[in-house]
Amino acid sequence: MAQRIDVKDLNIFYGEFKAVADVEMSVEPRSVTAFIGPSGCGKSTFLRTLNRMHEVIPGAHVQGSVAMDGVDLYGSDIDPVAVRRQVGMVFQRPNPFPTMSIAENVLAGIKLNNKRISKSDADDVVEQSLRHANLWNEVKDRLNRPGSGLSGGQQQRLCIARAIAVKPQVLLMDEPCSALDPISTLAIEDLIAELKSDYTIVIVTHNMQQAARVSDRTAFFNLAATGEPGRLVEIDETSTIFSSPRVQATEDYISGRFG
Amino acid sequence: MSATTLPEGNAELRALLHQVDKGRHRRDRLMKGLIYAAFALAMLPLISVSWTVLVNGIERFNAYFLTHSMRGVFGGMDAGGIYHAIIGTLEITLAATVISVPIGLLTAIYLVEYGRGSLARSVTFFVDVMTGIPSIVAGLFAYALFAVVLGPGVRMGIVGAVALSVLMIPVVVRSCEEMLRLVPNELREAALALGVPRWLVVIKVVLRTSIAGIGTGITLAIARIIGETAPLLITVGVIDSINFNLFEGRMMTLPVYVYRQYSQGLVPCTPGATDCIATINYDRAWAAALTLILIVMLLNLVGRLITRFFAPKNLG
Repeated sequence: MAQRIDVKDLNIFYGEFKAVADVEMSVEPRSVTAFIGPSGCGKSTFLRTLNRMHEVIPGAHVQGSVAMDGVDLYGSDIDPVAVRRQVGMVFQRPNPFPTMSIAENVLAGIKLNNKRISKSDADDVVEQSLRHANLWNEVKDRLNRPGSGLSGGQQQRLCIARAIAVKPQVLLMDEPCSALDPISTLAIEDLIAELKSDYTIVIVTHNMQQAARVSDRTAFFNLAATGEPGRLVEIDETSTIFSSPRVQATEDYISGRFG
Repeated sequence: MSATTLPEGNAELRALLHQVDKGRHRRDRLMKGLIYAAFALAMLPLISVSWTVLVNGIERFNAYFLTHSMRGVFGGMDAGGIYHAIIGTLEITLAATVISVPIGLLTAIYLVEYGRGSLARSVTFFVDVMTGIPSIVAGLFAYALFAVVLGPGVRMGIVGAVALSVLMIPVVVRSCEEMLRLVPNELREAALALGVPRWLVVIKVVLRTSIAGIGTGITLAIARIIGETAPLLITVGVIDSINFNLFEGRMMTLPVYVYRQYSQGLVPCTPGATDCIATINYDRAWAAALTLILIVMLLNLVGRLITRFFAPKNLG
């Protein structure tokens, strides 16, 4: 299921503006990779290039290559819609569809694509995905109630269930806990630890303790000044980044001297 | 309140917190008064119109009036109704809606979901220009358009529907555009990130989420055109009998009926004639106006019910 991702010479633009420059990194399969760095350094922008969500914004484009198991996701014969089915995404703010029930939200990836699915298969997908997202016990009695009636933390886990229901190979998370309380955050961190046995997970976080807790490898992004493009400073084992980083800026950032 | 049991506290702070800004209070009262006065002023014509139409129209407003046409009715006869005009108004308005809603909604979808650059800007500009077209010009346009194909003097329901849709399309585009823009971008991104192609995101997420608002917008657009008189007078004409066919012959519509009856004025009754009502034309005009208002109100009610039914439910 899980795949490795190799990024080479990636430059990311919003129109004329170069937002992120010269990223080169690998994301290991069946592991959690965390992106940390100050606001505006391009971590989220870079994350969104991994499932071609970046180009949804008018004028946004990239140069360079992002290869999943050797296949360039930006190749001319690649369909971005198909890429997004393989690389799922969880957003910063929980965004369940307000017109759908909890069960329909989980099935959204199937239903919105007009795919036919038998009732029993659908029930299986809903139960498995919700169990996987540690939400089943809380919602199993109200699967037909609106998803927007859940608490913020439950909504976010519903969004994770929705993302894994389409069985992606990679799961991208863009600050999934920044709008949540500590208990919901803990629930999601536990979930990430469970999910990494099946998925390749990339998570953007502003919380360095969280990066240290959940990730196997950590990448530090920084930008020289506003108006300059963000750059990948270094990527290494999480324990190495947090104990003996090679670059001074990383140490300054994680020890709280700036950012 | 048990204010008496509380200790006095810091007197200085109390004085500071107790300070009353007299000027602010006075201005507040003044503004409140002005706003209530403006509201009353705005309600005055509405109440006056509704009351006048109700009082003058209720006398003739009965089942007979609603179910009979004007065929064979002349002079001061105590007969005649608006059945043919109701049919005409409903059919022509429905046809105008069928023409305008797809065009208007698709234009709004283009502007919000796909439109970039100069084409989108010019579409927006021309929609604004269309909003300002006088209704009589829309009528002349539709008349001229059909005259080119079918020869001069052509009058039928569909020509009126085309004229009304010229007036309706910009209203539909504007209101649908507003509603589509209200759909949070996060929902579009959530669906796109699940590997849903753009067109399905538009249909199943954007339209589904905003359907209630779009319904309201379309209802308002219908209410805007259902009372149009001038373009229908040119394109559809007047007739006294029932015509169900939009594509052949003249049709009567409620606003034109009101105009026509009112313009005929008092009937010169011979003194002593028992079956002659001098004010019959005015009475019919008022009753038809009342019917038109009731139809619009009914339409708004249906629109609201649709809105309530489709609205996203938060805690169902």
